[in-house]
Amino acid sequence: MDESRPIFLQIAGQIENDIIAGVMSEETQVPSTNELAAFYRINPATALKGVSLLVDNGILYKKRGIGMFVSTGAQAQLIGTRRDEFAAEFVRPLLTEAAKLGISTEQLTDMIRKEKTS
Amino acid sequence: MTKVIEVSGLSKRFGAVTAVDDVSFTVEENKIYGLLGRNGAGKTTLMQLLTGQDFATSGSIQVFGQSPVENATVLQNISFIKESQRYPEDFKVKHVFRSAPWFFANWDQEFAEQLIADFRLPLDRRIKKLSRGQLSSIGVIVGLASRAPLTFFDEPYLGLDAVARQIFYDRLLADYAEHPRTVILSTHLIDEVANLLEHVLVIDEGRIIIDEDAETLRGSATSVVGTRTAVEAFVADREVLHRDGIGGLASVTIAGLSPAERRDAAAAGLELSPVSLQQLIIRRTNTSEKEFEVSA
Repeated sequence: MDESRPIFLQIAGQIENDIIAGVMSEETQVPSTNELAAFYRINPATALKGVSLLVDNGILYKKRGIGMFVSTGAQAQLIGTRRDEFAAEFVRPLLTEAAKLGISTEQLTDMIRKEKTS
Repeated sequence: MTKVIEVSGLSKRFGAVTAVDDVSFTVEENKIYGLLGRNGAGKTTLMQLLTGQDFATSGSIQVFGQSPVENATVLQNISFIKESQRYPEDFKVKHVFRSAPWFFANWDQEFAEQLIADFRLPLDRRIKKLSRGQLSSIGVIVGLASRAPLTFFDEPYLGLDAVARQIFYDRLLADYAEHPRTVILSTHLIDEVANLLEHVLVIDEGRIIIDEDAETLRGSATSVVGTRTAVEAFVADREVLHRDGIGGLASVTIAGLSPAERRDAAAAGLELSPVSLQQLIIRRTNTSEKEFEVSA
């Protein structure tokens, strides 16, 4: 676990990653909060908070007496949100660092292309 | 939420020393609490008061709605595992586990046996022949298998190796998930237990200085590192928890930042680094000593 962010956000993020990657497909059951707590070695209340966040966002839904399931359309919804965040979280810091090192936008594009083909 | 413990205006003085100083807090049912603080901060004294093993100088304590002192109804629901637990001289390990069920209504023998195997505890050995770590593991097993509605662990793992401590954390979490109960864990190893805790109480010089949800606390501080001018400009209007610096560089610990503020900091060329619960507590309990003279 990374110290800089609340753990429940990281738990939610891990589940989101698994949904985006297709490891957890839509309409399948996700691990219970006790299983998540044991696996990540965290307090079950923290795991529940992470799962509840995804329920509030419509990514997961609860089947009474059975458990939590991935909603239909969750993958597309998550990819959409992540793309919006991509510019702010990755592209902007990339440009800041590039500016610090005197890398022009053109050089940067070249570097990305080279990295992609290598 | 049901309150298991309610403490108000509690003080304990030993002659000129005030070990617990006008403390008030509540403990809610079925949560894991961390009672953290430096040596001599008052942790053990506080737990002794809560378990009726010592008398308060002033103030009130309610455990399960009643005073714990000489109160069998309250005490039979409490398991208190102490670092300095003593056993009768000629006891063997098995005698401890044979007598423990007499005191705890929820004692689970099967769970105890499984833990004895996990910790590789020799049942036929005499207590006085045990290593420090083995002695600690007896306490840990009794504390877990007693399944008391209110369980105190006071520095339970003196001498326990890293493997045994991990077993303790894992079994505690798994069993707590199945059998929710109120646990108060007092320890110096803050980083090891940080993720297990739901609520944190920090005691310093007999006073409760932090009484906060663990998750709230976790995001509550960030260190900002960069050139002195840039750092000072960024933290100008914020409450500073700690300052450090060398030459033209400064590192300042401030309250947590929103994602937008983090981006502003990155754009200003500042590096942000997380502050662990342990560091945060060190900063809050040790502020005067290393306070950096900003005015200089």
